[in-house]
Amino acid sequence: MAATAATIESILTEHSRKSEDLIPILQDVQKEFGYISPESVHNISRYLRLSENHIFGVSSFYAQFRFTKPGRHSLKVCLGTACHVRGGATVLDTLESVLGVKCGTATPDGRFDLERVACLGCCALSPVVQIDKRIYSRVAVNKLSELLKFYE
Amino acid sequence: MNNLTKRVEAAKEKWETLQQNKEPIIYIGAASCGRAAGAVQLLAQTNRWLKENETTAKVVQVGCIGPCYLEPLVDIQMPGQPRVSYNNVTPKTLPVILGSHVGESVPYDKMAIGHFGKDSYNGIPRFYDLPMLKPQVRIVLRNCGLIDPEEIDHYLAVDGYQGLANALNMSPEDVIGVVHHAGLRGRGGAGFPTFKKWTVCRNTPGKQKYLICNADEGDPGAFMNRSLIESDPHALLEGMLIAGYAIGASQGIIYIRAEYPLAIERLHQAIGQMREYGLLGEHILGSDFSFNVKLKEGAGAFVCGEETALIQSIEGLRGMPRSRPPFPAISGLHGCPTIINNVETLGTLPNILRNGADWYNRFGKEGNRGTKTFSLVGKVRRQGLIEVQLGTTLRQIIFDIGGGLQKPFKAIQTGGPSGGCLSEEFLDQPVDYESLAAAGSIMGSGGLIVMDEDTCIVDVAKYFLDFTQKESCGKCTPCRVGTRHILEILERITHGEGHADDLLALRTLGDTIKKGSLCGLGQTAPNPVLTTLRYFRNEYLEHIKDGRCRAVVCKDLIEYRVIKEKCTGCQACVRVCPTGAITGPRSEPHNVDATKCIKCRSCYVTCRFEAIAGDAIVIRSAEKKS
Repeated sequence: MAATAATIESILTEHSRKSEDLIPILQDVQKEFGYISPESVHNISRYLRLSENHIFGVSSFYAQFRFTKPGRHSLKVCLGTACHVRGGATVLDTLESVLGVKCGTATPDGRFDLERVACLGCCALSPVVQIDKRIYSRVAVNKLSELLKFYE
Repeated sequence: MNNLTKRVEAAKEKWETLQQNKEPIIYIGAASCGRAAGAVQLLAQTNRWLKENETTAKVVQVGCIGPCYLEPLVDIQMPGQPRVSYNNVTPKTLPVILGSHVGESVPYDKMAIGHFGKDSYNGIPRFYDLPMLKPQVRIVLRNCGLIDPEEIDHYLAVDGYQGLANALNMSPEDVIGVVHHAGLRGRGGAGFPTFKKWTVCRNTPGKQKYLICNADEGDPGAFMNRSLIESDPHALLEGMLIAGYAIGASQGIIYIRAEYPLAIERLHQAIGQMREYGLLGEHILGSDFSFNVKLKEGAGAFVCGEETALIQSIEGLRGMPRSRPPFPAISGLHGCPTIINNVETLGTLPNILRNGADWYNRFGKEGNRGTKTFSLVGKVRRQGLIEVQLGTTLRQIIFDIGGGLQKPFKAIQTGGPSGGCLSEEFLDQPVDYESLAAAGSIMGSGGLIVMDEDTCIVDVAKYFLDFTQKESCGKCTPCRVGTRHILEILERITHGEGHADDLLALRTLGDTIKKGSLCGLGQTAPNPVLTTLRYFRNEYLEHIKDGRCRAVVCKDLIEYRVIKEKCTGCQACVRVCPTGAITGPRSEPHNVDATKCIKCRSCYVTCRFEAIAGDAIVIRSAEKKS
């Protein structure tokens, strides 16, 4: 825990104490830890002199922030319009049933973290799925299980 | 001024040397879409190939030239020869192309799509004569895919920052005058005349003024801004300098989606280069104009594309819109006069200031001057990023540029979640702000999604309402509660449980939400429902009365069947079924257990492409539940 507190501290000192720095701080904390923990909120609250309530209020407004520990690999299914028209929802349904989890949660073994995103901006290659940093284009539902095997 | 002139001369020389190359140049389109199609792997493979064959060549990563359906694109230019473009390059074909064109100096014409020279070349067509490119007019996108976005010298060599130099020689009022005369309207979607906003801000007293670039491109199905920033970041930054000078701002902020990591990286790099060249900071190019730019990453909220919500978000608050007036041009960020312009609006400015308003007036039509970029996607053959003159018809865009569809056309969706679905009768309508509004849609930021008969119109309306309902910030009750009601009704209809009076309820709710919401999100959220009700009423009625979805999309209204006579029992579908719903011994017709089937389409796709029979599995409308 001590190491965590020190890391949060070092993130905080890179920012000013103005309330407009709240969102960039939250983004950096999430980049480091993968999610926003109650301890992080507590530390940010003291640094910016804002209530924890306020910080939860702002962070829960934005889709980017999460409050639970993510899985080892992030699996994002694009459900932008182009992907929707070309079968993105079916891709998500299939992944949900293959992994046995609902969208927005991690698998019990912590291997994958299934999320939906509004648009990855690769509409011409739809439907697309992003696993960690790599974007897979024109994914076919019957090839999904194969694809997941690459990630342990 | 001298400083820039010198830099430009040096840059031009560098560009000339690159063009009159002594060694081959290999350009790889490596914007996000190219990367998704495999450009990074091709890049590594090219470098390996060069090493193995002991050949030297300059490898340049360029941005996106537009025809995404051809990605990944690799261009090769041999000394003294035109640049030749190869499309849909794969790790298998790359060595063949490199071996022929770089190794033996013979263009591999079988795989070449076009060249960038002036005359004919080895029977390969000119790239800009391709049917997708020919009808386009490229002003904002003029450099995309041609220059290296990471090199400021490339931008300078193609007359970059000339527009800024011209602007700084004029008074700010004259710059506003030029933009007025050019007739530029906001490209973010609403089409408000840019000069009007600017004049208000210019005339509002205040020591500190802000210019915000709205790069929070949240519309699903739109990627014009991402492509422009990734492929030509300096065009946007030059535009920001010009706008900042005109309105009297000293601080620029780019509010950009965190989902665009490459664009963010390119902007950081470009801003660093500008500092080095004296194009940012105090006394830019020796003038009295001082300006700085910083980036703010968005955190994933669609409503933050609305200007007052965007300001709240930059201030570190929940991104909820507030009522206007006061308009941000009078009281915006931290209470100071603030102008918010879209990426494309700003990206157009350097061209107007470089070539003059009269030149810009040659494009488009009265009241709708210039060009607009669109992302043309969906069920159209040639998908990608395009730029056309305002006033071009939808038919020209879909059929001439996009190459039409494989199946019959059903609808085109313009303007993202705020826009509407237009039917065939609108194909000959010109694309301009007023015509689209009259049809019940909007120009929006420029997503064009083409749909064919396999798209269920009720499902599309449901999709958009699902999106806006989730993204509604919750401030105005009609939007918060109303979108939820509409969504519930649409869900019922797609489940085959619609009532006859649902359609009237949808209309009433839609009208109420439009009238009772503060910001653009709520005012336009019902558009997808209202337009589809107007132009595709029959499809709604079929869902409600007959329990039938003619596009076989709505899962509760369809079923999967194996046609016993056609099934050869090859077991291809058994292997892919994720729930074990398909059973049957080898060589005997298989069976689908309807209670286990999740209708994921895997078996259908597999049967089409991998099974022996090819068409033994069908999707069809289920019997109506009584």
